[in-house]
Amino acid sequence: MSNAEVEQRMLRSPFYPRQAELDMLSAWHGWKGYQAADAFYCEDMEYFAIRNSTGVFDLTPMTKYRITGTDALEYMDRLVTRDMRKVQPGRVAYAVWCDDQGQVIDDGTIFHLRDNEYRLCSQERHLDWLTAAAIGFDVAVTEETADVAGLAVQGPTSFSVLSNMGIKGIGELKPFGLMHADFRGSELMISRTGFTGDLGYELWIEPGKAIDLWDALFEAGKLHGIRAIGTHALNLARIEAGYLQAGNEFLPADLTVRPGRTRSPLELGLEWLVDFKKPNFNGRRALAEEKRRGSRWRLVKLDIEGNKAAHNSYIFAKAKRNRAAIGFVTSAAWSPVCKQNIAIGTVRAPHGAVGDSVWVEVYYQREMHWSRVMARATVVDKPFWFPPRRGATPPGPY
Amino acid sequence: MKTYDAIVVGAGHNGLANAAFLAKAGLNVVCVEKNDYIGGATVSRNLYEDWTYSNCSYVCSLLRPEIYRSLELHRHGLQVTPYGGGVTFLQDGGYYGNYHDSEVAYREKARFSRHDADAYERYSSDTMRQCRFIRDFLLRTPPDPTSFKPKDIIELVHLGAKFMEMGEDRMYETIRFWTMSVAEYLDEYFESDVIKTALSGSGIIGTALGIHSPGTAYVLLHHYMGEVDGNAGAWGFARGGMGAVAKALAGAYQSYGGELRTESGVAQIVVKNGRVKGVALENGEEIDAPVVVSAMDVKRTFLKCMDKNDLPEAFHNRVKNFKIRGSSGKLNIALDGLPEFPAIPKGSTLYHSDMHTVDSMERMERAYDDWKAGTWSKDPYVDMLIPTLVDPTMAPPGKHFMSVFVQYCPYEIEGRRWTPEERDAFGKTVIDQIGNHSPNFKDLIRHVEVRTPQDIEDDIGITEGNIFHGELTMDQLLFNRPVPGYAQYRGPVGGLYMCASSAHPGGGVMAAPGANAAREILSDLKRRNTVPENFGDD
Ligand SMILES: Cc1cc2nc3c(=O)[nH]c(=O)nc-3n(C[C@H](O)[C@H](O)[C@H](O)COP(=O)(O)OP(=O)(O)OC[C@H]3O[C@@H](n4cnc5c(N)ncnc54)[C@H](O)[C@@H]3O)c2cc1C
Repeated sequence: MSNAEVEQRMLRSPFYPRQAELDMLSAWHGWKGYQAADAFYCEDMEYFAIRNSTGVFDLTPMTKYRITGTDALEYMDRLVTRDMRKVQPGRVAYAVWCDDQGQVIDDGTIFHLRDNEYRLCSQERHLDWLTAAAIGFDVAVTEETADVAGLAVQGPTSFSVLSNMGIKGIGELKPFGLMHADFRGSELMISRTGFTGDLGYELWIEPGKAIDLWDALFEAGKLHGIRAIGTHALNLARIEAGYLQAGNEFLPADLTVRPGRTRSPLELGLEWLVDFKKPNFNGRRALAEEKRRGSRWRLVKLDIEGNKAAHNSYIFAKAKRNRAAIGFVTSAAWSPVCKQNIAIGTVRAPHGAVGDSVWVEVYYQREMHWSRVMARATVVDKPFWFPPRRGATPPGPY
Repeated sequence: MKTYDAIVVGAGHNGLANAAFLAKAGLNVVCVEKNDYIGGATVSRNLYEDWTYSNCSYVCSLLRPEIYRSLELHRHGLQVTPYGGGVTFLQDGGYYGNYHDSEVAYREKARFSRHDADAYERYSSDTMRQCRFIRDFLLRTPPDPTSFKPKDIIELVHLGAKFMEMGEDRMYETIRFWTMSVAEYLDEYFESDVIKTALSGSGIIGTALGIHSPGTAYVLLHHYMGEVDGNAGAWGFARGGMGAVAKALAGAYQSYGGELRTESGVAQIVVKNGRVKGVALENGEEIDAPVVVSAMDVKRTFLKCMDKNDLPEAFHNRVKNFKIRGSSGKLNIALDGLPEFPAIPKGSTLYHSDMHTVDSMERMERAYDDWKAGTWSKDPYVDMLIPTLVDPTMAPPGKHFMSVFVQYCPYEIEGRRWTPEERDAFGKTVIDQIGNHSPNFKDLIRHVEVRTPQDIEDDIGITEGNIFHGELTMDQLLFNRPVPGYAQYRGPVGGLYMCASSAHPGGGVMAAPGANAAREILSDLKRRNTVPENFGDD
């Protein structure tokens, strides 16, 4: 008798059976070992579900850790750059954590579930790092990626959908708040968070109840334009929201091989997440030094003239290409909702101050032939898309 | 009598690469080889019916792609096919698979330790950082740190710059790394003994050191720094066996007009007035040339093929003390069919991978204890592969060739030559161990070639049969290889050069020592350089 082998195919999330029913494109990719959809029926329509009604995105593959113990707060506070004391139970915080050189290892969302209990969601896997960081603290760090199924429910009608599902108190849930509700005898955690920059929620449940949750959600959203969405639609929304994507806007410092390819939080426009008043956190000394001396890089959000999306473009200080590039674009899109040509990029400091003009070299292809334009771009401060409904509590029914 | 610009002694892959670059530059070159076949430890031979063995080296990764390309080895029949993964059979009937697909590999590691599954990515990145550092120096001549020549200073600055570029913490890491044991290095990342064991093999293959010996972390790197088509660390099969590498190099060499003579062993490198004059062959013939390049290991070159009086005393002593110890043996096996390994399901991709039978760090170390006691490991570490699952040319359809590398196997048994009975007993030890994991294995065996370090020395002249032509420890690397002050491929006698694995950057089927030596020779002769530069990777 041979032993069985570990699953050789991509893993399937507990929502897969429902997704498979909706899938018309057979366009999947791997996401941390899980099978994730590029799109289910039409990328553009799925994107407009996010901006116009409700898009549902399967978050299950997101890496999740549970951190529990009497030192959980001290531990989290020591790990990340922001002040975790300000994040009360029932609140969610976006955070980054750094290596000793102050370079970002990853960003993630921290859910303060209860006293002495947190969930950390991130793109990459860090059990060894988190375990090593736990030495000396009374905490337990448990990987729970496969033990929690997650759905992002995003878009203007998402509040109506959840109200319709009968979730009490959802109207009072503020941005970055979380609440627990009962769902058919299981604990359903709902947070008002997301990766779309719009009104939206994330739902977290034990995998055994995943299908029931999906069905209840889609039943409740039937009249509110609910749609399953894939990664492509989500990514477009995330660029409009100006959010960073690990692997795109920065590389996990510990997994980056070439010197100088990592970024600090200051270089990613995340200074607001670094609290130098805290006596101790990983990377503090290096970051304080960087603040004194100045950063090497600066993250820029670019509003680019014209309509040719600036994928992988070089960024120049001057239109004439007689000087070296000052940086490059990391994410680019034509924004359907803003009718703007937008991009996120990284440039060498001191270039890229808000309001600066820079030039982006765009190559584009039309019927086999390639053309090139130098497009003027303005460095902007705010996210490209930030609708009032995103912050409204209670949200309107839309 | 015909005259030559250069004589290359030994048609191992480094000798052939060296000769090819010299001939490409227009030199009139002859390469003389003692055996009736070429390739040295890079050889495929047909010893039994329709089977072809890769008799010594068996997998390809280190061969510098710059050399492959510039000598157009594909035109001369070379084709390298990547393979992936590995498997360790466990004592309890289970197995640990190192799958080629990174996510499957992740799940498999998580079966042993979730922590280790995550740690592996960090381990890979840290190791790759060290690889990038060293890879940059593979096709460069090591600088002489005591010299004030502009070239040495430039190279030293380059070395310094590459080092500084890593940043303070990484610099400390690098210094630590170069002197650590592989066991210590792995302990910094992993908790699972099985995972550590599976990774530790690369730290001891070909060395007379154990997993706890300082310096073995670097040996691991030596196995990781290669590539197949830009996939760093990947290994592949040369179609037709490793001899295809030597054949292609010989093809390139001959296409540039080079002359190759087999069965022409060199008895003596002849020196006159402090310069080489040529070589005297074992058959009495003498060949003259102003340049003699030794493609033999450093001990054979200077202690066997030269007159002590022609060499500086200190140099001679250094060579005598050069560490080159036999530590590995090999079995090449012709099989009637595919052996079954019940631990893994039929059809598993793991059949195509490196297979191992030692599953604990303790067994790894104990295997070394036997070697220290002057005998072969009674529970040896084997690295076995079935190339014929990928390569259709090495055995008749449905039949297989199995390559079994064995660690540890001493050069001498308790200080004296091996007896034929001992060689058979060594073979039996290995076969029994494989048989423990494959019930039909023994019945499928049609022919076995058993090679002890002594056989390797007798056949291809490598001192003690050491696969790297000398230990890869810090005291024998970079500007210390083979001897401090002589790392730039020039011997202590005018016109004499060293181009084989005893020289920087060391052993393995890499062709870099051969190429680097050619660059120095051409520079001394003020000839056009034909040796390619590093592709670079920034
Ligand atoms: C069992 C074994 C397994 C290995 N496995 C691998 C592997 O899988 N992958 C890998 O990359 N490397 C492997 N290696 C290492 C690699 O094969 C060697 O480091 C490499 O082939 C050495 O090449 P070389 O040209 O420097 O020297 P050699 O191959 O040793 O060539 C020296 C040549 O000189 C000839 N010669 C010696 N004396 C004389 C004389 N007096 N006159 C004329 N000619 C003479 C010899 O016959 C030989 O042809 C292995 C080595 C061994 C022994």
